[in-house]
Amino acid sequence: MSFEWPWQYNFPPFFTLQPNVDTRQKQLAAWCSLVLSYCRHRKLYTVDVLEVQESPVFNNKKIERKLSVEAIQVVFEELRKKGNLEWMDKNKTRCLIMWRRPEEWGKLIYQWVSKNGMVNSVFTLYELSNGEDTENEEFHGLEDWMLLRSLQALHAEGKAEVITLDDGKGVKFF
Amino acid sequence: MDRFMWTNGLLEMNETLVIQQRGVRLYDGDEKAKLDVGVVLLSTHRLLWRDQKNHECCICMPLSQIIFFEEQAAGIGKSAKIVIHLHPAPANKEPGPFQQSKFSYIKLSFKEHGQIEFYRRLMEEMTQKRWENTPVSQPISTTAGLKAGRTRAVGIVGIERKLEEKRKETDKNISEAFEDLSKLMEKVSTLSSPSILLTSVTTAKEMVELSKSIASKIKDKQGDITEDETIRFKSYLLSMGIADPVTRETHGSGTHYHMQLARQLGDMLQAPLEERGGMMALTEVYCLVNRARGMELLSPEDLVNACKMFESLKLPLRLRVFDSGVMVVQLQSHNEEEMIASALDNVSEKGSLTAEEFAKLLGLSVLLAKERLLLAEKMGHLCRDDSVEGLRFYPNLF
Repeated sequence: MSFEWPWQYNFPPFFTLQPNVDTRQKQLAAWCSLVLSYCRHRKLYTVDVLEVQESPVFNNKKIERKLSVEAIQVVFEELRKKGNLEWMDKNKTRCLIMWRRPEEWGKLIYQWVSKNGMVNSVFTLYELSNGEDTENEEFHGLEDWMLLRSLQALHAEGKAEVITLDDGKGVKFF
Repeated sequence: MDRFMWTNGLLEMNETLVIQQRGVRLYDGDEKAKLDVGVVLLSTHRLLWRDQKNHECCICMPLSQIIFFEEQAAGIGKSAKIVIHLHPAPANKEPGPFQQSKFSYIKLSFKEHGQIEFYRRLMEEMTQKRWENTPVSQPISTTAGLKAGRTRAVGIVGIERKLEEKRKETDKNISEAFEDLSKLMEKVSTLSSPSILLTSVTTAKEMVELSKSIASKIKDKQGDITEDETIRFKSYLLSMGIADPVTRETHGSGTHYHMQLARQLGDMLQAPLEERGGMMALTEVYCLVNRARGMELLSPEDLVNACKMFESLKLPLRLRVFDSGVMVVQLQSHNEEEMIASALDNVSEKGSLTAEEFAKLLGLSVLLAKERLLLAEKMGHLCRDDSVEGLRFYPNLF
């Protein structure tokens, strides 16, 4: 499945941070949605700013335009404000990208659990992310930290409880 | 010494003074001449000597009289000298202080030094022989010829008579010169503009001729004035300038001065502004104004202050400061929205534009073109692409 680039991707000004406030806001919104959909397409969870600059998303070889590191950080900062991104270090070189927020993941997992009538049963985290039963689900292959966060989100809603098992962590849905 | 003749000490029309040295005594051959210490003057045509105290006592000889000359170094109690060897006196020579001499050379004794420079300059003049190329207007020989028929007046009466003649001559020359000038002024004043700053007589003459030719062509309704002439005429008109420039002298300093200046600027900038599409950079205005003012130059500060007065004086001009700090003078009628719309149209038509391309397209300065693009960007009509290729502007598709 090939990724479909938005029209802005071939518009040179897209790769220059616009000084006009209104224009910039629209531009950043377009960037945010592009970054998220790209990460979702490639199933990216952690991103290194310097590495990602060379990836096709920020580097359009066709029109020879490249978003600068500073601009990438502005885009990422915007994503952070929207709750889709978390910095992993103070220097803001690596970050966690949540193209789906933990609450949304939790909702998906809970839907799957209730659909299969497994409320009130206990799962290990491994079972959820790598088990055979979840193979066709979107959250299959979800990284542990992300899974744990989504379960914690469910926990806050009172729909699940994360429990410590002998060989790791487990979860019980209500 | 008999080669010398009396003179009034004035230089002739084409003659220029080269050097003079005070404290010089003349020697007739090896003997001290019976003259006091004086000033020796070297002109392009003559060697002159004037008594230091009695200025009426002045003698000269043409440089052509000199065969050669040499330096004589100073010794104990002796000043440095220049020995000048001379041709024999011509038969029709004017009277001088000495009727005859047994020596064919004279000496200049420099009591107050300066002989080295004098020697050098004399050498220069003798090699250049400028008296040959530019003969004096009234060669000495002609006056001498006139004199020949008259009884020779020697002594003080002779000197006085000669002085009187010279004075009359000079008077005549001066009045002739003024006559020429007034003719010229008449010509100039017949021109349409009463305010003309004459920079040079030649310019004025050219101008008169040029305007006459243009006027006659217009009269004949031929209407085929060549472009070259129009341009020249225009440039003359430009440099003609302001009749009565507002200066600190005429209007004092402070606010009143700036107000008057602003009014004058308002009058004179109207036309050039319209010609340039309603906007001019302040630097351009500065050049234009100062060219028109000629001698009464304006300081940049005064110009800015005057421009700031436009609004309060309700003049049709405005000083505008762009975000970048660039200052321009624009017509009040200058429509900003129209300007932005035209910028957007141009960019849309071409797909994208740099400031340079836009400037070329509109015939504006790059600075102003850029300001227009930035303004359109600020209004959200354009967006930028800042790459290694430079800054380009695109229609805002976001």
